[in-house]
Amino acid sequence: MSDYSLTRDQKLEIYYWMRLTRTLDDRAVAHWKQGRGVGGMFSQRGHEAISIGTGYALAPEDVVAPMHRDLGCYLLRGLTPRRIFSNLLGRSTGPSQGRDANMHGSGDLSLNLVGFISHLPQSVPVALGVAMSFLYRNERRVAMTYIGDGSTSAGVFHETMNMASLFNAPFVLIVENNQYAYSTPLSQQMKVPDIATRAAGYGIPGIIVEGNDVEAVYAVTKAAIERARDGGGPTLIEAKTMRMMGHAIHDGAEYVPRELLAEWEAKNPVTNFEARLIAQGLIDQVEIDEIKHRCEIEVTDALEYAEACPMPDAATVEDGVYAP
Amino acid sequence: MSTVPANFGFTEAEQIAETDRNLTYIAAISEALREEMQRDPNVFVMGEDIAGPFGGAFKVTKGFSEEFGDRRVLNMPMAELGFVGAASGMALMGLRPVIEMQFADFISTPFDSIVQYAATNYYRWGAAIPWVIRAPSDGGLRSGPFHSQNPEAWFVHTPGLKVVAPGTPADAKGLLIAAIRDNNPVIYFESKPLYRSQKGYVPPGDYVVPIGQAALARMGADLSIITYGAQVRESLTAADRLAADGINAEVLDLRTLKPLDTEAILATARKTGKVLVVHSANQLVGVGAEVAALIAEQAFEWLDAPIHRLGGLDVPVPFSPPLEDAYRPSAQKIYQIARELAAF
Repeated sequence: MSDYSLTRDQKLEIYYWMRLTRTLDDRAVAHWKQGRGVGGMFSQRGHEAISIGTGYALAPEDVVAPMHRDLGCYLLRGLTPRRIFSNLLGRSTGPSQGRDANMHGSGDLSLNLVGFISHLPQSVPVALGVAMSFLYRNERRVAMTYIGDGSTSAGVFHETMNMASLFNAPFVLIVENNQYAYSTPLSQQMKVPDIATRAAGYGIPGIIVEGNDVEAVYAVTKAAIERARDGGGPTLIEAKTMRMMGHAIHDGAEYVPRELLAEWEAKNPVTNFEARLIAQGLIDQVEIDEIKHRCEIEVTDALEYAEACPMPDAATVEDGVYAP
Repeated sequence: MSTVPANFGFTEAEQIAETDRNLTYIAAISEALREEMQRDPNVFVMGEDIAGPFGGAFKVTKGFSEEFGDRRVLNMPMAELGFVGAASGMALMGLRPVIEMQFADFISTPFDSIVQYAATNYYRWGAAIPWVIRAPSDGGLRSGPFHSQNPEAWFVHTPGLKVVAPGTPADAKGLLIAAIRDNNPVIYFESKPLYRSQKGYVPPGDYVVPIGQAALARMGADLSIITYGAQVRESLTAADRLAADGINAEVLDLRTLKPLDTEAILATARKTGKVLVVHSANQLVGVGAEVAALIAEQAFEWLDAPIHRLGGLDVPVPFSPPLEDAYRPSAQKIYQIARELAAF
């Protein structure tokens, strides 16, 4: 893994993206709790190390299909906070132009970003198909996507992993094991303690990583991506974490034991990484405060921008069902 | 609507020179696929059992592996939900997958990949998914409940899909080429009962039948039979018998089910004032219901009789010959209903 250690500049860059992700997420949660949002909203709180650690390992030419907990990955790929808030608020300036809710419909092929649908894990075979297109054209590119623990119970998860292995596809699957599928704990979903063990059934590597440690997540993902790029085939990475809020904004998650949340709050991926950077002498509090301030300004600008953007014109409702 | 002349716009001399162009319906499908793969390196085929010397359950892709190589003739494991999803990913990257669904009956397995992912994608974030699913459909072949179905109505009901159902060898070629070149997900329902028993002139080379255009298969003034797929042949047989009785039936072959050629439907309804809609799929909430509603809404004052429908019964497609025959529309049943309609 030492091949994939990070420089100081890279670590600071990663910290900035994690902080931006948390700031945007916190602002959206507050906005929705004030009743100023549109429709639902899915917090990604606690998933910053996964979405940034994995996304940072991609090359620009690689293609990624994130889901609703992967706000950081969207930001990294260049989907701006302005466009994200526009989509969240149903504005015509979002990537889905008001057609799809929250982070759904946030694909943009110019950013090598593929959108997902609520029928998880439907993005998994689609991302495999992207990887198969790289094989078809003999391109040294990799496709990566994400699912939760819940999705690993669906049949198409198995179908896709079997095909990924069969075709030796340049494909990396990140399983975000955040302990709950909506209200259903892991113990009511499966008998095995580690989802990564399923990879053995497909004859591919299954790797477990501490999902709140961004450097560890980056290292294993980078190794998997480069292995895939070199023709080594797919990898399943299980990143263990905790969903720190409800399934969506309406859900108080009373079914989650408070002690469990407290245990995981002590593993806060953003503040822990920040503390590590300070302890390593790579950054001081003044610089931390500067980054936080910068993120606050960006997020405030994005929210104000989106709120000022027009709603879609109702006359366009039937436009764009079909590609010309 | 296009009224396709019998010689497809070719001169008589050209057609005589092309007498070997009398192809079966299934050969026309195979030819369209082969020519599109020769033309465009982004076009490829994927499905179960299609590669190698085997060449598919119906041999549509026989010889394709030898001609195009393993890269462009992709055998898939038995995982339709997974591989149709994968086709969407390949199509997002600019490839043009043509998926062979071994039987149309199996298309319920990848339903999510089709109606949730592929169909909505362009509307949701503007990325086109140009794949084609070839779905061998229809029965009368004593193949039982799971190798005889006509599930087109599910997909006609789904925004974002296009649905075609050729009834002749020429349309089988021209609509498949159009479907492959279309930038949207297209479900292509090919009729198994026509595969080797239906022959006809098929234009050579680049022959495109535009999606969304019905064709008058027969002109007539007394009543209109509106149909598609294998029931075009049944309707034409019935029309011959009706002609012997002095009844001139017009037969409109819809060819495309989504988007429907509403002008052609309304034109024939207004012309004859009597309409019978026929399809092999079960009648309840089938494509015929939409055709009938369209005519009732927009051509009511031209009608001289209630609109009639003839579809399959609302039962699973049964296996045993007397049961299947009782299920399906046929030339005889069409003839009988048309006689009554003409006399109304």
